[in-house]
Amino acid sequence: MTPVATPLFFYMLSGIAILGGLLVITRRNAVHSALALIVTLLAVAGLYLMLYAPFVAGVQIIVYAGGIMVLFLFVIMLVNLERTVKQRQFNRIWPVGLVASCALLALFLSVYEKGKSLFEGRPVPTLTEASNTQQVGVLLYGNAGQIGPYTFAFEIASLLLLVAILGAVIMAKKRI
Amino acid sequence: MLDITTLHYLVVAAALFVLGVIGVLTRRNVVIVLMSIELILNAVNLNLVAFSRMWGNLHGQVFSIFIVVDAAAEAAVGLGILIAFFRNKETINVDEIDLLKW
Repeated sequence: MTPVATPLFFYMLSGIAILGGLLVITRRNAVHSALALIVTLLAVAGLYLMLYAPFVAGVQIIVYAGGIMVLFLFVIMLVNLERTVKQRQFNRIWPVGLVASCALLALFLSVYEKGKSLFEGRPVPTLTEASNTQQVGVLLYGNAGQIGPYTFAFEIASLLLLVAILGAVIMAKKRI
Repeated sequence: MLDITTLHYLVVAAALFVLGVIGVLTRRNVVIVLMSIELILNAVNLNLVAFSRMWGNLHGQVFSIFIVVDAAAEAAVGLGILIAFFRNKETINVDEIDLLKW
């Protein structure tokens, strides 16, 4: 399927994403930040769809916007909110951090400006949308009895999640 | 209108990354610092998926799924530490988190 009005959607989604990111780091109330982060995550999921990655977009919505952000909202409601809203929100050396971050952005943009010719006028290979999930599954799990290139990494990732669950429970428990 | 190339996605990802770095460096609330780290990881994911589209294979997408797994693990452990810290010190300001044991 040929995409329609790609530049319009790209600029709209990236504008929403960057606006949401700005709100995340400026809001006083942490719940507002979390909601702005959800908006950013959904906009980035739209960008994934434009990049022919429907499976990653689905994972983004289900795991990030559905799982991780609910965890964040629970923790925001567990820790004290009223007192932190009245306090100073930025630390004392915030101008230093701002200048360093702007220098980082300038570095990124200058590198991209230098390497611009690598991206212009190259033919864009087509990725199939319909079998995207199947192909990702073949890379992760393997195909027809053979293990895929990422099967071992996949198992390690499951072990990492197990350790993270145990660590979170032990940390948050009152008496071990 | 102009075509949207990989470079456009890279610029958006760089903007999101720098917003996350600003959040990490300047905010005092630990929850918002953790959310800024999620922003940074999202920017990296966007880069990976954009390059996956550019090269026409799916390895970048698989890597971005692994990064989502890492983000989930990091958020779970980070928020667990935060709850344990809040129970002991009654604060969630980064400036006051300077002890491993008290």
